[in-house]
Amino acid sequence: MKKFIVSIMFALSASLMTTTAMASGGVELEDAKVDIHNQPSLQRGAKYYVNYCMGCHSLNFSRYNRVAADLGLTEEQVAKNLIFTRDADGELEKPGALMKNGMSQKQSAEWFGAPPPDLSLVGRSRGSDWIYSYLKAFYVDPTRPLGANNTVFPNAGMPHVLWELQGWQEKHCTKGEGEHAVEHCELKLTKAGSMTPVEYDQTVRDITNFLTYVGEPANLHRSTYGIFTLLFLVLFAVVAYLLKKEYWKDVH
Amino acid sequence: MAERPAHNYTGFLGWVEDRFPMMETWQAHLAGYYAPKNFNFWYFFGSLAMLVLVIQIFSGLFLALHYKPDANLAFASVEYIMRDVPGGWFIRYMHSTGASAFFIVVYLHMFRALIYGSYKGKRELIWLIGMAIYLVLMATAFMGYLLPWGQMSYWGAQVIINLFNTIPYIGEGLSTWIRGDFVLGDATLNRFFALHFFLPSLILPALVFVHIVALHAVGSNNPDGVEIKQGPKGNRWSETAPADGIPFHPYYSVKDILGVVVFLIGFFAILFFAPEGGGYFMEAPNFEPANALKTPEHIAPVWYFTPFYTVLRAIPDPFLGTLAMFGAIAVLFVLPWIDRNPVKSWRYRNSAHKINLLLFAAVFIVLGWMGVEAVTPAYKELGTRMTQIYFIFFVVLWIHSTPAKAKYVMWFGILLAAIVAYDIMFRYIPGDAEATSQMLIQFIWPVAYLALTLLLPAFKASCNAEKPVPDRVTG
Repeated sequence: MKKFIVSIMFALSASLMTTTAMASGGVELEDAKVDIHNQPSLQRGAKYYVNYCMGCHSLNFSRYNRVAADLGLTEEQVAKNLIFTRDADGELEKPGALMKNGMSQKQSAEWFGAPPPDLSLVGRSRGSDWIYSYLKAFYVDPTRPLGANNTVFPNAGMPHVLWELQGWQEKHCTKGEGEHAVEHCELKLTKAGSMTPVEYDQTVRDITNFLTYVGEPANLHRSTYGIFTLLFLVLFAVVAYLLKKEYWKDVH
Repeated sequence: MAERPAHNYTGFLGWVEDRFPMMETWQAHLAGYYAPKNFNFWYFFGSLAMLVLVIQIFSGLFLALHYKPDANLAFASVEYIMRDVPGGWFIRYMHSTGASAFFIVVYLHMFRALIYGSYKGKRELIWLIGMAIYLVLMATAFMGYLLPWGQMSYWGAQVIINLFNTIPYIGEGLSTWIRGDFVLGDATLNRFFALHFFLPSLILPALVFVHIVALHAVGSNNPDGVEIKQGPKGNRWSETAPADGIPFHPYYSVKDILGVVVFLIGFFAILFFAPEGGGYFMEAPNFEPANALKTPEHIAPVWYFTPFYTVLRAIPDPFLGTLAMFGAIAVLFVLPWIDRNPVKSWRYRNSAHKINLLLFAAVFIVLGWMGVEAVTPAYKELGTRMTQIYFIFFVVLWIHSTPAKAKYVMWFGILLAAIVAYDIMFRYIPGDAEATSQMLIQFIWPVAYLALTLLLPAFKASCNAEKPVPDRVTG
């Protein structure tokens, strides 16, 4: 009897476990290992972002001067190095402005199939590991309109913007044997870019770090508040416990 | 009208007391309200629920100062609160963490009522009012979740409002009336904002007030389920008060302060270190603005609704599924009339009853877990089996009302036959081998449930034995 129950439980857990493994399918994401408290990394990320990404992807909820304050830059530095966009009157944006761009939603939808999304919150909706893996997963694919495809986001609408830095990767797939063989694919760098793979990984990590920060600027400070709040509450708990104990001496 | 009792207050207090029963109310509900002295851990959650209600009302007020209930502005206004409003992120996380905390506290509060039989002994109305609070709370949470106007806000509301479509004849009209438009949009957002403000700031406090008035009229139950008012009189504070009672203030007020502080440690730990609650308190797709043209891959309601969402999905027919979902909530209302066992606390009920309650809690958790997972054959079957057990629980609870006379084996047969008949008539699809094998494998769950709650007390006398209820509270 015992054996029977054990075998049933085993069969059950096995059947449940295989389904979980299957449900999480798709490409495995790499750990981005970002650190939003690493200011130089955030500064480099901001630089790369406004140079390579912001032409298409706005950060509509973020302000230049907030980024300046959080990244340890002055407003002048930001105005000089990060602001390239102009407002409706043709003047360069002020440091207090939101990080918008001049991309036409309608035209870009025609160009790319869909307008490039605003990335203010991509660090929270997709997550750091996704951004990091996505930026490393472009490969040459002549069948795509812009010549590149992506393993993390198949048939992505955007070109490989960072190709000059990374170079080009090609996808090589090997099919295993047997009826249920899984296709195993690898990306191989076939044409070197201006950066070594190690440098490129760091660049992508910097961009990811910046987007992670932009997703939730409050994250820079909230754990500090948290430590002091919890310290206070733990002390309060001790006092509250002693108070309770003192009063409850009356109760028998 | 009866004369008000004379008082000895002088000065300002006396002046007020002549005109308003301030100290009289203080006496009746706090300093002179005698609560059983043996409250345990489970009795923190009533006062904690009130604390969370206050947190929600005040954080909600400050959010409303900056929030814009407009389909074009709502999402951006929430991000404005998160970034540009000083301390806005803190207020918003108070509110989002508070919503989940509210349900955690309320579910524990309700489970307390279940294990100690707190709906018994003229306390049926307290339970009913409490259930009304729970309903209003769910409605409030549901409407509040639309307000950030993210993808999950939009599609979650879409799924739930479309449930009303399944009602024959009036469904379409009803859902249009709820939305205020033929599609979910600005009109819906605007009215949900209005109701999300109105319900919790006016209706909930009123319901909480009558919940407490009813409680204080009958008196609190306790872990022993002993009526302290029927026991001996006289204690060190009053000669007429129950001997086993102690004044709520200061004894339980200082105890509840400790409970509040411990609760806040957990609350703020989540708020400051993991405000997304692992993706359960704030779901990742909700950081994308609502898009009527893009359905998310996987729509799941927030965790506190998922047990009922699983019940909905367990029944393929949409209307019957909707009925089952609302039925799963409605059946809780009649709980006091299902469990007619005169013994209140599970301490003195038979072990089969204890097992039944623990399994019910486990089933509720599994139902919740299934509600957040994508449907696979194994999970679909697990959700369905747990739904069956969820409803059968109430029958078993009723059978356990009279353990000495219960025909356990007969009921075991009847309930098992009912499940088999239901499976064959409504669920078995010839040719679907995977579903059928899952159905057979996971038949173990209802069999095990019924065996533990009905066969165990039938064949093992010690599992059916109730203990004598003491005259006085213990400990």
